[in-house]
Amino acid sequence: MTTATATPTATEAATTAAADSPTVEILGPDGWLPVCTLDRLSPGRGVAALLPDGTQAALFTDRAGRAYAIGNRDPFTGAQVLSRGLTGTATGRPYVASPLLKQRFDLANGECLDDPSVSVPTYSVRTRGGA
Amino acid sequence: MAAAASPTSARTDRPTIVLIGHGMVGQRFLEALAERGVTETSRVVVLCEEPRPAYDRVQLTSYFSGRSAEELSLVERDFMDRHGIELHLGDPAETIDRAARTVTARSGLTVGYDTLVLATGSYPFVPPVPGKDSTGCFVYRTIEDLLAIEEYAKNVTTGAVVGGGLLGLEAAGALTGLGLRTHVVEFAPRLMPVQVDDGGGAALRRTIEDMGVTVHTGVGGKEITAGEDGAVTGMELSDGSRLDTDMVIFSAGVRPRDQLARDCGLEVGERGGIVVDATCRTPGDTAVYAIGECALACDGRVYGLVAPGYEMADTAAAAIAEQDTDGFTGADTSTKLKLLGVDVASFGDAHGASEGALDVVYCDSRAGVYKKLVVGADGTLLGGVLVGDAEAYGMLRPLTGSVPPVSPEQLVLPAGAGAPVALGPSALPDDAVICNCHNVTKGTIRGAVTEHSCTTVPEVKKCTKAGTGCGSCVKALTSLVNDELEASGVIVDKGLCGCFPHTRAELYEVVRTLRLASYEELLASHGRPEARDGDGCEICKPAVGSIIASLAPSVGADGYILDGEQAALQDTNDHFLANLQRNGSYSVVPRIPGGEITPEKLIVIGEVARDFGLYTKITGGQRIDLFGARVDQLPLIWSRLVDAGFESGHAYGKALRTVKSCVGQTWCRYGVQDSVRMAIQLELRYRGLRSPHKLKSAVSGCARECAEARGKDFGVIATSNGWNLYVGGNGGADPRHADLLAQDLSHAELIRLIDRFLMFYIRTADRLERTSAWLERIDGGLDHVRDVVVHDSLGLCDELEALMAAHVHHYRDEWAETLNDPERLARFVSFVNAPEAPDPSVRFTPERDQIKPDLTLLAGPTLPVRTLESVRPLEGTSAR
Ligand code: SRM
Ligand SMILES: Cc1cc2nc3c(=O)[nH]c(=O)nc-3n(C[C@H](O)[C@H](O)[C@H](O)COP(=O)(O)OP(=O)(O)OC[C@H]3O[C@@H](n4cnc5c(N)ncnc54)[C@H](O)[C@@H]3O)c2cc1C
Ligand code: SF4
Ligand code: FES
Repeated sequence: MTTATATPTATEAATTAAADSPTVEILGPDGWLPVCTLDRLSPGRGVAALLPDGTQAALFTDRAGRAYAIGNRDPFTGAQVLSRGLTGTATGRPYVASPLLKQRFDLANGECLDDPSVSVPTYSVRTRGGA
Repeated sequence: MAAAASPTSARTDRPTIVLIGHGMVGQRFLEALAERGVTETSRVVVLCEEPRPAYDRVQLTSYFSGRSAEELSLVERDFMDRHGIELHLGDPAETIDRAARTVTARSGLTVGYDTLVLATGSYPFVPPVPGKDSTGCFVYRTIEDLLAIEEYAKNVTTGAVVGGGLLGLEAAGALTGLGLRTHVVEFAPRLMPVQVDDGGGAALRRTIEDMGVTVHTGVGGKEITAGEDGAVTGMELSDGSRLDTDMVIFSAGVRPRDQLARDCGLEVGERGGIVVDATCRTPGDTAVYAIGECALACDGRVYGLVAPGYEMADTAAAAIAEQDTDGFTGADTSTKLKLLGVDVASFGDAHGASEGALDVVYCDSRAGVYKKLVVGADGTLLGGVLVGDAEAYGMLRPLTGSVPPVSPEQLVLPAGAGAPVALGPSALPDDAVICNCHNVTKGTIRGAVTEHSCTTVPEVKKCTKAGTGCGSCVKALTSLVNDELEASGVIVDKGLCGCFPHTRAELYEVVRTLRLASYEELLASHGRPEARDGDGCEICKPAVGSIIASLAPSVGADGYILDGEQAALQDTNDHFLANLQRNGSYSVVPRIPGGEITPEKLIVIGEVARDFGLYTKITGGQRIDLFGARVDQLPLIWSRLVDAGFESGHAYGKALRTVKSCVGQTWCRYGVQDSVRMAIQLELRYRGLRSPHKLKSAVSGCARECAEARGKDFGVIATSNGWNLYVGGNGGADPRHADLLAQDLSHAELIRLIDRFLMFYIRTADRLERTSAWLERIDGGLDHVRDVVVHDSLGLCDELEALMAAHVHHYRDEWAETLNDPERLARFVSFVNAPEAPDPSVRFTPERDQIKPDLTLLAGPTLPVRTLESVRPLEGTSAR
């Protein structure tokens, strides 16, 4: 059996990032906020970021390498989980499906594809630097 | 209108329509009134004797196969409110005063009417045999009857049905379904005497007997005998013989419920039934109508079927709305028996009573198939009887009355025995009635597709009502809708999702044969053109991820599901190897094979739960679930569990869940094999196996079945000679008992068969299709599966076994693998930019000495703000 003492913690692992990867930044209320290096994002999967004001954003990339950020809060359940949904494309629109009750949200404009009366906030994203 | 004062329910200025009886026909009548706008101009009051609104009596027996009383309801939830209809449940009408035009109900409620409609249906006829009122005698008409039968059947072993007609056979089917030894006693020389002829009766009898029902024809029940406690003990038959039985269901026909009408002087027929004219109005009183089974139609018949009743409802509603109607002058009495496993249908002039009628008969006594068509001298199809194979019913019934496009012989010969019959619904004329229950023609169904843009069968059902009655036309309806869609250029799409035109089984073959272990490559090479450049979707990604995982060793993929591209395909639960809960926290379920656990391991689970403040619960799967872990705590929790020798329980995966066990031979006085050892062995063998849906199993040490193996995807029950293997069981929303696949297997035979069975299922099932649904769907059902996995009819078994061997060989614990690799651990943080910070939205409040999610934090449009600085990093392990 594995020994627990030899097991690195998630925190250590998360902070060892490749130096030559560009940084992804989100435009928050106080300007551009560096969030992580681009190689931490894998196409089709999101991560969550904590913004200075305490709100949460969900960050994604698609296969073409484009990054998107929307609010992390699933408006149907209130849980901060959208970053953990699966992404996809429907009629050309990139979306994430909530992992809880599966409603889909457009990554570009935050609109819910299954109920247009509901939407989540979106954030501007840019990548800077890197080799 | 004279405003006669009534004691409890005042007349309004609008005319009042009172409906007595809220059965199938009554509800149809209300709908017909609403469609014609009458509910807006009139007050409508309904007196309903039963404690619940109208339900589908035709499908009554499906209550025993799991359909709930709510699902049987015929009334849309807000129907009464929307149309302002006053419905009085459980309050039957007791008297009608035609002079004062009032009806008084049992509760004392008196309602004045301008128009009165009787839809009181029928009552079951109970022959006047001595002992008929003993405890344990029942009739079969209402949900309440079924509830009583079900309750009584729990404590007895044998049941007898008096009457071998359509309903009697349904009741007999229900009794066998309840696990009773069942007899049917029919006075006529054959079963279903009204519908089928002697040849059909003989074939039907064989099929019914094959289902385990004992059939007695040509005898009647003479006396019901009862014990001292007044409960049924048996039945004396007219031939002097005796039948031991614990309960009796009378199904000897029905009689119109016309007593109310008799009491107020309305005319009734000699053998019952309220006399009505072609508009369903009583000749003696123009304010009164009668519809459905209580009415004696103007052709002198009382109809015991729902379709004619619906026609009467429409006719009466049109007459009340002062619209033109063709009137009701008679109807078709075709029937198809819905009994599971027996195909029987009769339609049109089934007995060849018409002048010059000729028979065309096909009979195969060995196979229990009998088909007869009645044809006129000019070739017109007049009617027929089908037993054992009623496949052609959907086609033949609408052809009745016309000269079929092919010769009658070809219509009754089994497929392959004669010239191929290219006779689909396309051959039918537009005015052919496809759905008898709702009188829907082929033309109307085509119109639903072409004019009302319906694109699926459920849409067409909703739009036309076709197929929503007895259901016997659904097959014809489906092929008609598909034909029509194809003709209008719509390709009937069986594809998995918007990205792939293939079914899951087809994608499995593509991955297997091309050894294509990359989702991106699969999408690029096999995706729909419009989806090839996209990001796929949340339906196909996990499905393909699961296919790759189950085939991993043999297609050269990594068995670990979270590496590289595979990681991005998994649903969130698999992605974090835990189950997401409603507040964003996760649950942890360590594997406890067979439910057996040492005290030391129990203590570790207790300590981990205590240290991390997790809510702890014993699951229904004989293991322990720890709830309320934040994503960043999962590795810490698991490193302690792995250290203590626990592995992932895959509660998160479409994979093997648990193999439950009973204590078995080692301790139990009844046990005949070591069920615990077997359960542990099976759980360890199949752990980690990814499949189209979750897989559950159980092993019981004897036929008492304490482990509930027959409710599982594969269940094993010990016998004194070995093991019986059952497959296709399911609990959940649509429970199903597993079917016996093979008996008295040795240890090795059992494992070999399960290997093959599981791999064949994984290969051919649809996404999210449990083994139960799969077994019911695939062509040939259980017999086919048995042929493939027991008799190797497809020559697949070696390959299936090799795939399973590879799985067993390559299995590694997902959590141990994850903990050993920093890259794999990187995902277990709440925030990518603040890996130390716990998610502030995941909070708990106390409940019964443990925790529960604090949902108040999640409510409202925005969350209470907590700044980055105020969020304290995790200290140690006990975060709460
Ligand atoms: C924990 C547990 C309830 C409990 O407190 O006892 C449970 C909890 C869940 N069940 Fe269950 N089921 C649990 C035993 C059962 C059983 C009983 C059994 O296995 O003996 C059944 C009926 C048997 C069966 O599956 O045939 C059962 C039938 C379902 C179904 C319906 C499946 C169906 O085919 O109809 C679902 C929904 C689904 O899978 O699509 C479901 C789904 C779920 C999910 C995964 C719902 C979800 O997606 O969040 C629940 C989350 C578990 C978690 O977060 O850990 N659960 N669930 C039981 C865990 C057993 C275990 O140790 O793994
Ligand atoms: C098990 C079973 C299977 C069947 N299968 C088929 C089939 O396959 N095909 C087919 O066409 N038909 C079938 N039938 C027959 C079909 O159910 C009836 O033809 C249909 O229900 C008749 O509708 P109805 O409204 O006239 O009578 P019902 O549905 O019986 O409704 C009459 C209602 O009136 C109520 N009532 C009576 N007196 C009063 C009163 N004084 N005040 C208030 N309410 C009163 C009764 O309680 C009842 O609820 C089947 C019937 C049964 C029992
Ligand atoms: S199934 Fe049989 S062996 Fe197992 S516990 Fe029950 S009675 Fe005992
Ligand atoms: S014929 Fe009964 S539902 Fe169509």
